[in-house]
Amino acid sequence: MSEKKRLHLHVPEPEFRPGDTPDFSNVTIPKAGSVRRPDVDVSPEEIRDLAYSIIRVLNRDGDAVGPWADLLSDDELIRGLRHMMTLRAFDARMMMAQRQGKTSFYMQHLGEEAVSTAFQCALEKGDMNFPTYRQAGLLLAQDYPMVKMMNQIYSNEEDPLKGRQLPIMYSEKEYGFFSISGNLGTQYIQAVGWAMASAIKNDTKIAAGWIGDGSTAESDFHAALVFASTYKAPVILNVVNNQWAISTFQGIAKGGSGTFAARGHGFGIPALRVDGNDYLAVYAVAKWAAERARLNLGPTMIEYVTYRAGGHSTSDDPAAYRPKEESDAWPLGDPIERLKLHLISKGIWSEERQLQTEAEIKDTVLAAQKEAESHGTLHSGGSPSTRDMFEDVYKEMPPHLRRQRQEAGI
Amino acid sequence: MSRMTMIEAIRDAMDVMMGKNDDVVVFGEDVGYFGGVFRCTHGLQEKYGKNRCFDAPINESGIVGAAIGMAAYGLRPCVEVQFADYVYPAYDQIVSEAARLRYRSAGDFTAPITIRMPTGGGIFGGQTHSQSPEAVFTQVSGLKVVVPSNPADAKGLLISAIEDDDPVIYLEPKRLYNGPFDGHHDQPVTPWSKHELGEVPDGYYNVPLGKAKVTREGADVTIIAYGTMVYVAEAAVKETGIDAEIIDLRCLLPLDEETIIASVKKTGRCVVVHEATLTSGFGGELLSRVQETCFYHLEAPIQRVTGWDTPYPHAQEWAYFPGPERVSRALEQVMEA
Repeated sequence: MSEKKRLHLHVPEPEFRPGDTPDFSNVTIPKAGSVRRPDVDVSPEEIRDLAYSIIRVLNRDGDAVGPWADLLSDDELIRGLRHMMTLRAFDARMMMAQRQGKTSFYMQHLGEEAVSTAFQCALEKGDMNFPTYRQAGLLLAQDYPMVKMMNQIYSNEEDPLKGRQLPIMYSEKEYGFFSISGNLGTQYIQAVGWAMASAIKNDTKIAAGWIGDGSTAESDFHAALVFASTYKAPVILNVVNNQWAISTFQGIAKGGSGTFAARGHGFGIPALRVDGNDYLAVYAVAKWAAERARLNLGPTMIEYVTYRAGGHSTSDDPAAYRPKEESDAWPLGDPIERLKLHLISKGIWSEERQLQTEAEIKDTVLAAQKEAESHGTLHSGGSPSTRDMFEDVYKEMPPHLRRQRQEAGI
Repeated sequence: MSRMTMIEAIRDAMDVMMGKNDDVVVFGEDVGYFGGVFRCTHGLQEKYGKNRCFDAPINESGIVGAAIGMAAYGLRPCVEVQFADYVYPAYDQIVSEAARLRYRSAGDFTAPITIRMPTGGGIFGGQTHSQSPEAVFTQVSGLKVVVPSNPADAKGLLISAIEDDDPVIYLEPKRLYNGPFDGHHDQPVTPWSKHELGEVPDGYYNVPLGKAKVTREGADVTIIAYGTMVYVAEAAVKETGIDAEIIDLRCLLPLDEETIIASVKKTGRCVVVHEATLTSGFGGELLSRVQETCFYHLEAPIQRVTGWDTPYPHAQEWAYFPGPERVSRALEQVMEA
């Protein structure tokens, strides 16, 4: 009898670790404008290749090219740039505020600003997002009051969530922004449920679920795809692939499959893969998926290929697990720089206006911060009422909680 | 009034609520066309359409997660988990999501959902069709936990659960579906059709959540029970001749402490019974509350009669099940002390 082959475990590793020189020249980036734009009622089988490609609109010279271009007016493009710049400036101030001890925790969007800000512009009033912790652009793209977000981040006396939630776990029904859990993946199937409800009621509203590359490994991702596929729910299933789940590279969640988008095809869900750092491409793809949902054609999966240029959170230091240079070497560039270049090449923007706008946004953010801080920060000034700790556990406080509140002396 | 089994009463509650409120939807594994493995949703799809009552994929987390999303939209889903033993994949959605949604969003979003599931043993279901997992829910802030023991309560409590603006775990003692099983597995069970508690009011009514019921008044000892154990306790009382007061909790969270305290202060003795395992079971909580509030009225240590701390066995079901004999022994012990 021949000797049996010994088995061994395969544990994937990222290509580059600290000390290595990152080189992404082997990553195939399709030319902007090269990927076709199918009709929204296309059958998923006919567009399998789009789950393996990358839809891009902005080329290296800043021109918008190909079938996914020309959907946004000049004003909308300028607004988009402002949204991204606002998100970056907001993040910068809040990162600093966390370092100054004004709050416990923060999560920034550095490098991923296009994804949420552009996506939101494809939605309509009444639609509902089920976001993760890195989609604050969904709010800022609706000109949501920054001071309200900061009040939440500071857990101060004006915190709309009354000090109960970790910073940035916003909730704003009026703006189509579901309460952020902090648990991973749970919101994905909830988005499908919301969309099913809209269909049950013969409504016209659609939902959008959000998940990161790492959390696609959660069982709820599978649940969401099964339900969305079975009931043809009017939902957009977004996967933000920013390459890193804290210290874990995307290969650990992805395993042997080609792309995250391709997961959709196992469920008969049309899947698109898009350059997440290309504001125009994100918008175009989101619009396509939203139209499908509104026409009752069912769910669409979108993978946004992007890069988390900063740490996972303020508690994370990426230098411990990836080369510092990796972010700069990443081939899809900076979403703000790319849109800026486009606006300049269109002749509707300039470096000067960019600087002006930057300064203006910085002032607005600072003013909001000042106002928020007048209501307190985590450890000083006004804070939420301790009494509030016992409220909203139930609609009506049951006797045992009333007793415990009494015992707490508040 | 109509004579109903507990299954029919539960179905009637959903029927009444679906008729009353278009936002009530019912779904779960096998609940649509077929009407559920225990037939609790039989006929609802035919009556209300596939939009309101439908089959779900076998994914409990998906069922509860989707229900939470629907509730966020404004619906009032009443979902079925086929057996309480299957609820664990949904635990994250229940604990981290449904139970906390109102709190974490400061009331911006809520989860008025009812999660029904058959609980308890006595049907030779082995370890995956017999468990009583109530204590994994009573430990969670933001949930309500209901265990009915008869058709009339089952209907009224389920209507309250569906109307409640917070998430409710509704545990259906499956051994009671057809009649008041008292633990004497070798004897036939009187069907609900021949039992006075099988009389169910027609149409809409509710039984409030958080109100226990004294099912037997007595002077010597208080038995705190719920679900199937209410009838096991009744059998033990009959067999020992001890004048016990039996409290059917009906709702574990919120707990009707007033009724418990009044009774134990009156009797001075207490036996807690449940089918679930002993260690960290809900009985421990009941014991603590009684000790904290009634210590100076107690004549004897409080006794607990529960399932053993083992998985629920198959062939040894009746050695596991805390039947009338064990409850009788506890009653005698507590009376001797």
